[in-house]
Amino acid sequence: MSTTSESTAAKKQAPAGERVADWADGRLGIYSLAKANMRKIFPDHWSFMLGEVALYSFIIIILTGVYLTLFFHPSMNEVEYHGSYVPMQGVLMSEAFASTLDISFDVRGGLLVRQIHHWAALIFLGAMFVHMMRVFFTGAFRKPREINWLFGFLLFVLGMFTGFTGYSLPDDLLSGTGVRFMEGAVLSVPIVGTYLSMFLFGGEFPGHDFVARFFSVHVLLLPGIMLGLLVAHLILVFYHKHTQFAGPGRTNKNVVGMPLLPVYMAKAGGFFFLVFGVISVIAATFTVNPIWVLGPYRPDQVSTNAQPDWYMGFSEGLIRVMPGWEVHLWDHTLVLGVFIPLMVFPLVLAAIAVYPFIESWVTGDKREHHIADRPRNAPTRTAFGCAWIAWYTVMLVGGGNDLVATHFDLSINAITWFVRIAFFVVPVVVFFVTRRICLGLQRKDKEKVLHGRESGIIKRLPHGEFVEVHEQLSQEQLHTLTAHEQHKPYEIGPETDENGVQRKVGRAQKLRARFSKGYYGEQAQIPKPTAEEYREITSGHGHH
Amino acid sequence: MSETGSHDNVSDEKLPSAQENGHGTVATADDPFADPGMPPHEPRVQDVDERAAKRSERVVAMLFTASMLATVGFIASFVAIPVDKFVYIWPMGNIGALNFALGTTLGVALFCIGAGAVHWARTLMSDHELVDERHQVAAEPDTRAKVMEDFRQGAKESALGRRPLIRRTMFGALALVPLSGVVLLRDLGPLPEDKLEHTLWAKGKLLVNENTHEPLRPEDITVGSLTFAMPEGLDEHDEDFQKEIAKAALMLVRLEPEDIKDKRELDWSHEGIVAYSKICTHVGCPVSLYEQQTHHVLCPCHQSTFDLSDGARVIFGPAGHALPQLKISVNNDGFLEAQGDFEEPVGPAYWERRA
Repeated sequence: MSTTSESTAAKKQAPAGERVADWADGRLGIYSLAKANMRKIFPDHWSFMLGEVALYSFIIIILTGVYLTLFFHPSMNEVEYHGSYVPMQGVLMSEAFASTLDISFDVRGGLLVRQIHHWAALIFLGAMFVHMMRVFFTGAFRKPREINWLFGFLLFVLGMFTGFTGYSLPDDLLSGTGVRFMEGAVLSVPIVGTYLSMFLFGGEFPGHDFVARFFSVHVLLLPGIMLGLLVAHLILVFYHKHTQFAGPGRTNKNVVGMPLLPVYMAKAGGFFFLVFGVISVIAATFTVNPIWVLGPYRPDQVSTNAQPDWYMGFSEGLIRVMPGWEVHLWDHTLVLGVFIPLMVFPLVLAAIAVYPFIESWVTGDKREHHIADRPRNAPTRTAFGCAWIAWYTVMLVGGGNDLVATHFDLSINAITWFVRIAFFVVPVVVFFVTRRICLGLQRKDKEKVLHGRESGIIKRLPHGEFVEVHEQLSQEQLHTLTAHEQHKPYEIGPETDENGVQRKVGRAQKLRARFSKGYYGEQAQIPKPTAEEYREITSGHGHH
Repeated sequence: MSETGSHDNVSDEKLPSAQENGHGTVATADDPFADPGMPPHEPRVQDVDERAAKRSERVVAMLFTASMLATVGFIASFVAIPVDKFVYIWPMGNIGALNFALGTTLGVALFCIGAGAVHWARTLMSDHELVDERHQVAAEPDTRAKVMEDFRQGAKESALGRRPLIRRTMFGALALVPLSGVVLLRDLGPLPEDKLEHTLWAKGKLLVNENTHEPLRPEDITVGSLTFAMPEGLDEHDEDFQKEIAKAALMLVRLEPEDIKDKRELDWSHEGIVAYSKICTHVGCPVSLYEQQTHHVLCPCHQSTFDLSDGARVIFGPAGHALPQLKISVNNDGFLEAQGDFEEPVGPAYWERRA
């Protein structure tokens, strides 16, 4: 009797939290999960928070989006507006537009949530873009992270379309114009274009269906896929462990940093609130998408400065600068002026998505890489990335050619011609310039390793000459600046074997050798300082 | 490359050249660039001075308290500020008071939680760097062998390889069944047929001013102005108004007849009044920026520019063909009327469009 009561007493004395955890562990096995992850180490670098910004803005979008569905009516029924926004009273509009006005003017806090939703979407895409560039330029996409790179890329592309379907929902004059543009692009598809358009809009444009259809795509289909990809993306980040930059004690086989509990829990958790707080203040002070200024959509009306949200801008540029080619054959029209941009659009995105696989084919490197490269130490990759960004930016300028024209007082025709030429020229120029800059930075690093840091101290020698005293780098700095590895160009080897028999060298192999030479040849990297060079210089009598 | 060797870092210290006679004054005798290992931990002021730690504690608590106050402010604003109240706030001008109050209080409430947590982590939580080992992702050879063996066993037991009849019919069935889903999509919309080729315009239809809804007379169209018209009988309240206006929207300008360079354009005009489709032939935006001196009309979406005095041919931009012209004349009552529908489809080009 007494023993039983004692044991129950002992059980009761265990803290409540522990008892709940025990209960959950018995059913979910949370302890093995926590053992691996609770004190998981995350390395620290400012650029690692870019992905966090994307993650948190996605959560903010979901939270605010669910709220908006409580008030938004995804319907294209025409109604006469009688709400509290006086200038629109009596105007015919779709229920979608009317309910968006209600959210903005009658629901308390509705406008704020709408604006947080829209701002968070703009920031989400921006953060994903910059995060993707961080991963690209540090080579963090290399084995074993190629699949996670693709997951991230898909998130970016799906985010673009979720954004497009989202800002089309209010059925305002601007977004309707964007949908019309999309219809025109769909119509340009050879053979099936008109069918696709009819099926998409439930008949002729604009019909009565697209808002309801875009709504389910925007709130269910695309976010559902994105949520799945996002979870997979995060699981892989945990599983692979984060990359880190080279430094003392940091190797390819370890990860150095702070534990998840408590430091990253507090930092990352706190960062969610920081992002949310900043977006709230932006939403309170900067108007985004004032649909009440634009008015409801009518296919025969338009406003000037019609611009998509920024992430769609590059596709807008493609469509704006393309010459209006139409090929007529056998009573049919091939609308190349629209169809080519429609096809180039995915190709632009694919160019960056497939890059990791091209690089790994060129290097033939099958090892895992967990040390992030400094961009200068991978000049060809960095040059390619910068060329791609320049390409993207040229198209973005093309997409805003009317704004460039009005803001800088330039001829729109001249801007369009500039973009047409720059589309081909600028990426090439940027590629070579960037690579040269990278090589210059490599030389500077080499100089620093061998001769030390400029100390700013001027010394006067006995014979009157002035020299600057260079200060030797610390062991930590020396290691950090020389930790990167340098590939040797891939050689095909002799064309004939030892018996003089012609060896078969495939075309792919030859191409790979050429690429490899372009990547790692003399012109593309500065040999890093060797221990000999260092000793030779430092063992002397300090020639400074 | 061996299984383990492939994960080695090929850095200088492993090259034989780097391991030869290290003579000299360098810290590490063998390799001047060797990894010196983790640097010693440098304590923060909060680690050594309890008063500084207390100050940090107070800052964190203050931030959390500010957040609570801001939340109270949010609720108070929600209750107290009318939704239609406007206030002047520099430099933004007259803005909705409620939106501003709710956004800033919510922003402060959230931001202070974040700032508090981050400050806490940075100043008071341990900042000793820790090390975790990494393990390669690829499985060890014996694991791999076991998996392959299991798979072969399972595949063998299923007999899928030995019984092609089952295999082929199964793949056939699986390949066909999604067709049901595709077929179900058929009723998303009607077939295109000739829907894109016709508009509401027909012989004898009056041109109605889009703004006043009055039939237009030639004298209503003055030189230098751009007038928008729609076909008589079309009403904004119609079920299909949007669809019809998307094709039928018309713009009228009056030119000096001698300025008209295109012969057909002149024939289809009335006293120099020409009527063109307002829908851009690029991707369908309404063309609406008119330069009265040059008679150029520009699409504000993608800047296609058409010359209205020369058959509305494209003179700049991405449009592929001229705007379709509507043949007009005046009826016995002196009103402008259409002489028929457009002779070619309006709007963007598409595959079935005859040149």
